[in-house]
Amino acid sequence: MKSILYTVTVYTENQVGLLNQISIIFGRRRLNIESLSVSASAIEGIHKFIITTNSDRDTIEKVVQQIEKRIDVIRAFFYTEDEIFYQEVALYKVATEKLLDDSGIEELVRRHNARILEVNRTYTVIEKSGHTEETQQLFEELSKFEVMQFVRSGRVAITKSTVEHVSLFLEAQESRRLSTQE
Amino acid sequence: MTTDKITGSEALIRSLLEENVKLIYGYPGGAIMPVFDCMHNYRDRLKHVLVRHEQGATHAAQGYARVSGETGVVLVTSGPAATNIITGVADAMVDSTPMVVITGQINSSLLGTDAFQETDVVGITQPVTKWSYQIRRTEDIAWAVARAFYIARSGRPGPVVLDFTKDAQVGTTEFHYQKCNFIRSYNPYPKVNEKEIDDAAALINQSKKPLLLIGQGVILSHAENEVLQLMEKADIPAGCTLLGLSAIPTAHRLYKGMLGMHGNIGPNIKTNECDLLIAVGMRFDDRVTGGLDTYAKQAKVIHFDIDPSEFNKNVHADVTVLGDAKATLLALIDKVNNNKHTDWISEFEICEKTEFEKVVRPEVYPEGGPLKMGEVVRKVSEAAEDNTILVTDVGQNQMMGARYFNYTCPRSIVTSGGLGTMGFGLPAAIGAKMGAPDRTVCFFTGDGGIQMTIQELGTVMQTGVDIKIIILNNNFLGMVRQWQELFFKQRYSETYMLNPDFTAIAAAYGIKGRNVTDRSQLDEAIAEMMAHKGAYLLNVAVEEKGMVFPMIPAGGCVTDILLNSTEKY
Repeated sequence: MKSILYTVTVYTENQVGLLNQISIIFGRRRLNIESLSVSASAIEGIHKFIITTNSDRDTIEKVVQQIEKRIDVIRAFFYTEDEIFYQEVALYKVATEKLLDDSGIEELVRRHNARILEVNRTYTVIEKSGHTEETQQLFEELSKFEVMQFVRSGRVAITKSTVEHVSLFLEAQESRRLSTQE
Repeated sequence: MTTDKITGSEALIRSLLEENVKLIYGYPGGAIMPVFDCMHNYRDRLKHVLVRHEQGATHAAQGYARVSGETGVVLVTSGPAATNIITGVADAMVDSTPMVVITGQINSSLLGTDAFQETDVVGITQPVTKWSYQIRRTEDIAWAVARAFYIARSGRPGPVVLDFTKDAQVGTTEFHYQKCNFIRSYNPYPKVNEKEIDDAAALINQSKKPLLLIGQGVILSHAENEVLQLMEKADIPAGCTLLGLSAIPTAHRLYKGMLGMHGNIGPNIKTNECDLLIAVGMRFDDRVTGGLDTYAKQAKVIHFDIDPSEFNKNVHADVTVLGDAKATLLALIDKVNNNKHTDWISEFEICEKTEFEKVVRPEVYPEGGPLKMGEVVRKVSEAAEDNTILVTDVGQNQMMGARYFNYTCPRSIVTSGGLGTMGFGLPAAIGAKMGAPDRTVCFFTGDGGIQMTIQELGTVMQTGVDIKIIILNNNFLGMVRQWQELFFKQRYSETYMLNPDFTAIAAAYGIKGRNVTDRSQLDEAIAEMMAHKGAYLLNVAVEEKGMVFPMIPAGGCVTDILLNSTEKY
């Protein structure tokens, strides 16, 4: 089966050791985690992991089910690129001297919709958000100026869906909780 | 209002009592001593069985859990004790056995410093547990224990490890126990979906050649009667997985035998002839399916399971039915029509006849030559009372035991299925007897397997537990030897064993034993063993080159069955 980039989102309780539990499941299937970001979600106390990985559909389905099976995982999903809005942030540290020697810097920053965060005598820090190809493109164009450091964040993503599956699950669980108390 | 404070150790013991724990398998050591000290005060209510190795504690707890349906409990120290429990925990995970293991841990202030007997227990156990948690605060004990038992026994059961730091054991806390019956992120008993039931019923009602596959899920959910009702109402023949054995009685007219590599010909071959495969509480292990490319391709598949991650994992299902087997089968039975599949069912007779002539007769009723493994199993089974529990080790003894033992009631087999743990049997037999003290326990093992945990004879001696140990002794690691004979050009690399005098070892532990080397001694020796009050070790010299047949070679097709070394079905 064809291997493509999937975005896996995992909603969890705020417990120590969850990253390990999740990453083990990827490792067992020999899936490399391409990017990872972890943050609070819109629901208080619930954390959201966003993981990208190259996989075939059959494998990613199984991986997501096995992640969801972990006790402290609330729900896990996987998406193709067309099912989500997503973004990454990249930072570039470039030698200031080299930038000053070139007249194209303004045009470059403008064209890439990038921002300059810091300029000092030694280096300049540029920031750009966008998809991987876009931040990669800027990196390649900056290469001629001597990029001293480059970093790209994990993907952040939200779904295009009009249904919030996690909220629905939590509502169903809440009514189950109330019924167990009766 | 103020409540008296108690130590963390006492909080743990009282939590276990709240969970109705009566029996703990364990081994003391530095980082768990406060708990053992406290347990001494509760010894009238909480029995502790001192094993001889921590692995034995886990297998004993598994044996106890498998026959009683209760959660097995293990209590050990940190470091090496915690690593010694891993095999049993992994075994319980893959075989869905409810178990709570408590490991001691060094003081929380020393965590991460490579302190004496520190291991990262949570890190090590996460991949092989349903849940693994470190208790670092005395006030978390009741919460963690309640959660541990709820997780271990609910839904698809499994092992939970609680890693209990020494400072949490000696700290003090108020104690209020509240049982756990809800975890927000966990839904162990999904609601039965009527649409899934309707779809399943429709396929069953249309089917001309249905075949039912019964897994351990049926036993775990106490759905034995429901499965029988379904079989009888719709007239469906059934096979059992290794762990599903004894869910229905061997003698039932619709029971067609065991599935898989060394299973019966009928249910294996009919898997690729049926028009509908109904799998209940089983996971299509490769030892059942053989190669997936040729497995049941002609059939529609209905898969009943409580664990959604099992659906379409190995075999694609046309209809999946999520839920506890008892609940889903109950909902299904009303929607299934009364039916008759007389011709289809009679087709199994040809398979049975061939298997009897080619495999069973020479194995179980030999006319001469050395003693056969199957012969010994059948004779013991015939001499045993109806509800006797079979415990096996792993390998040829396991397959022979599973094949030739007669099952009359559920929870009659304790064996290591998914992990295939040699050394499982002896401690599991101890646990099984304690979990069902009124039933006879016959434990079949090999000369290899018994020596992996033979130190547990000490536990047999100290507890006086009455188990019947039958060593099918061929002086070989028999199953590996069999593979070498069939697939490795008879190159018997490191499978011959020079063995000790097993009855002398038994005698050293005060356990009565007897050697059988000739067929003429067998009946009398078995009779003596069964009549003996207390543990007994029967060391039977069986054919050195004995083989387990039929056999579907690993990765082969379920219809590609060896009847012996030279003939195929």
